Amino acid sequence: MVSPILELTNINKSFGHVHANKNINLTINKGTIHGIIGENGAGKSTLMSIVFGLYQANSGTIKVNGKEINLRSPKDSIINGIGMVHQHFMLVENFTVLENIILGFEGELVFGKNLEKAKKDLKDLCDTYKLNIDLNSTISDLSVGFRQRVEILKSLYRGAEILILDEPTGVLTPQEVDELFKILRSLKEEGKTIVLITHKLIEIMDLTSEVSVMRQGEMVGHTKTENTNKEQLAEMMVGRSVLLRLDKSEVKAGGVLFSVKNLTVKDDLDVTRVKNVDLEIRSGEILGLAGVTGNGQTELLEALSGIRKVESGEIYLEGKKVSDSQNFLDPRELKDKGLAHVPEDRQRMGLVTDFKAYENLIFGYHDQQPFSKSSVLNHRDIISHSKKIMEEYDVRPQSPNLITSNFSGGNQQKIILSRELNENPKVLLVGQPTRGVDIGAIEFIHQRLIDMRDRGAAILLVSVELDEVLSLSDRIAVMFDGKIVGEKDNKNVTDRELGLLMAGVV
Amino acid sequence: MAPVDKSKIPWWVSNLIVPLVNLTLALLVSGLFIFIAGENPYEAVRLIIYGSFGYIEGFAYTLYYTTNFVFTGLAFAVAFHCRLFNIGGEGQAYIGGLGVFLVAINFSFLPVPIIWLLSIAGAVVFGAAWAFIPAYLQATRGSHVVITTIMFNFIAASLMVFLLVDVIRDTAQMGPHTVALPKEQWFPSFKDFAALLGIKIRYSPLNISFLLAIAASVFVWFLVWKTRWGYEMRAVGHNTQAAIYAGISPYKNIIIAMCISGGLAGLLGVNEILGVHHKIVAGFPAGYGFTGIAVALMGRNHPIGIFPAAFLFGILYQGGSEVTFDMPNITRYMFVAVQGVIILFSGALENLFRPQIESFFVNRLNIKASA
Repeated sequence: MVSPILELTNINKSFGHVHANKNINLTINKGTIHGIIGENGAGKSTLMSIVFGLYQANSGTIKVNGKEINLRSPKDSIINGIGMVHQHFMLVENFTVLENIILGFEGELVFGKNLEKAKKDLKDLCDTYKLNIDLNSTISDLSVGFRQRVEILKSLYRGAEILILDEPTGVLTPQEVDELFKILRSLKEEGKTIVLITHKLIEIMDLTSEVSVMRQGEMVGHTKTENTNKEQLAEMMVGRSVLLRLDKSEVKAGGVLFSVKNLTVKDDLDVTRVKNVDLEIRSGEILGLAGVTGNGQTELLEALSGIRKVESGEIYLEGKKVSDSQNFLDPRELKDKGLAHVPEDRQRMGLVTDFKAYENLIFGYHDQQPFSKSSVLNHRDIISHSKKIMEEYDVRPQSPNLITSNFSGGNQQKIILSRELNENPKVLLVGQPTRGVDIGAIEFIHQRLIDMRDRGAAILLVSVELDEVLSLSDRIAVMFDGKIVGEKDNKNVTDRELGLLMAGVV
Repeated sequence: MAPVDKSKIPWWVSNLIVPLVNLTLALLVSGLFIFIAGENPYEAVRLIIYGSFGYIEGFAYTLYYTTNFVFTGLAFAVAFHCRLFNIGGEGQAYIGGLGVFLVAINFSFLPVPIIWLLSIAGAVVFGAAWAFIPAYLQATRGSHVVITTIMFNFIAASLMVFLLVDVIRDTAQMGPHTVALPKEQWFPSFKDFAALLGIKIRYSPLNISFLLAIAASVFVWFLVWKTRWGYEMRAVGHNTQAAIYAGISPYKNIIIAMCISGGLAGLLGVNEILGVHHKIVAGFPAGYGFTGIAVALMGRNHPIGIFPAAFLFGILYQGGSEVTFDMPNITRYMFVAVQGVIILFSGALENLFRPQIESFFVNRLNIKASA
């Protein structure tokens, strides 16, 4: 009854010295949801890019339905019934759903019969899989969850029998995730095969029937999902057992170190993104700010760190007003007063990726002793300082002279964290500390944040990962549409409750 | 072709082999031009080398041109590290020359070495001031410096013609130039030094400004890579968002970078006024400001690259005039075209063969490493 639809044998792929895929064997059975899990850089995306024809393997064979095929481009894959939904959607924002789907498959110069047929086919597909998409709506009006469905519909319309989803839940609310999972299940019912690439164990357990684990370019295990558990999978991924729940001491919060009163902030397009927000963070506690991306967290962090002007309201540091709409301290002055900021987007804001590692390790502190004396940089001290903190924070490789873009995402994040934490700040603002970071590094970063808290720092943690907010925070505030819609003690709150708050339902 | 891991490329492949390949291609294409024009390319190359190295005055001319290209190349490079495309070197040099002359003529009562220092400062201040306006507009209004600096070249040219005709012209004659500076203020020329050593050579415009060019190169290297200013300028250039995050003001750094850039371009005026003409003549920047862009691009915006690139253009300028002198079919414009081809290959088409060359070497080195 079980017949393999996709068989990979001895796939190898190298980029220069990096052996991204080593002798990969993988069999995916028809009509299953198959999870591929692994740390960042384990080679999951490379492998799937080979299956989708974006890369060519150095060696190995790919069989679809038992027939060996040669994939030279995504077009070959589509012909063979393989579709892929990328992490970043490939949609034209100002086109309608219909226009996006037929793009490249218009079929005729003047739209007419073909278009009508396409409309009918798409409607049928939508009904079969309960996608609930209006073909005439413009992409820019759709939420992220719907855009993802458009991508799925696009693949189905092009005849995909095997659908590869690369980290599909990264940008969704818990409710949207539920919807997506329903769709994926109904796809499976109809006999489609789904390959789910993820680093979230919970999704694997929830959705898949089989799971393959990758580690450092190798396939380290295949198993039926029912025969395994989260802890076992996590151990296979990192090659050692990890603590999924942090050892965290009881909160010993002191006085209020950082507070925000009635804060309103506008974005670059003059849209009000933060609306009358009040927050208080005490010494020795972590306040988690949960919320779906784009609900004002970014603007709030930027205002708190002095990057963005405050429209109205006040910000207080140790009881002293540091910013209001008239007077505000710039990021450097706030740093001098003991406020550190790990920005949400490390490559856009936290780092100059073309700089060498040592240049980034002093970024923002470069004008302080001993890094510079009367405007001349003191390279010897900078390098020895860099070596020291790279060792302390286990940044790999430990070469201060390497260009930052050559470090992996997790190590880039460690560069920022080591820089900001090393100053022993009183208040720490952290945005998405573990976005795109592998499990080993996540654990390390979380432990460092807890250490900071235990030393009496006031920490504001902004994260779209609910798990992260739940495991780190002492109190949790939820942001929706620029407002704080709820504040809960971590002890008596469930993901369900938070999810509803994040979606603006209550 | 799979992209090559950038970190695996040895520095000498990117910084030596690639420019050399581009240069060779440019010279091959140029040779073709000369062949089509009905002259022998080998002979032309021989004449270029003879003209620029073959006799002492020729070599001195080569170094004189090099001096000017170093100034304008460095000027472009400094702004470029802050990702500002300052193509106003021509105008900034012109106004810088005005600064040199005004200082020298007004402070002629001071001892000569002091006049020199003040004149150099005058060149820097005037050049910087001319760059300041586009910089200010870029920093506060977002008016793109490419547009404003090129317009400021025209404004500078018109302003100087106005001044040279109506305000500071030497009224004893009709040409658009000023009176000459007193002879004792002139920079010692290469000929003077040779004479001190008892060697008698003919005139060449090479003078001690060449040393100033070396000093300027060292200054730029130190500024960009060894100081906080350079660090902040580069941060703004590479990632403005990140710079703001780190408390580095893009506004301030755009203005600083442009002013330093303009000041360096102004130094061309020192070479031309104190060293060569000893007065302001209309149009003395003669396109050096523009060629400086190519010099900087070819030299990868690093003084160590700019110096040889400037030298190469010096050879072309000097050797080229030798060729046009000896080969009737080759006009002066032919050599402008040759320069154009070099700029095309080492500037605009810089990355044409880069991936192939880099992956070739990376693969070779891999084979060697695994063998």
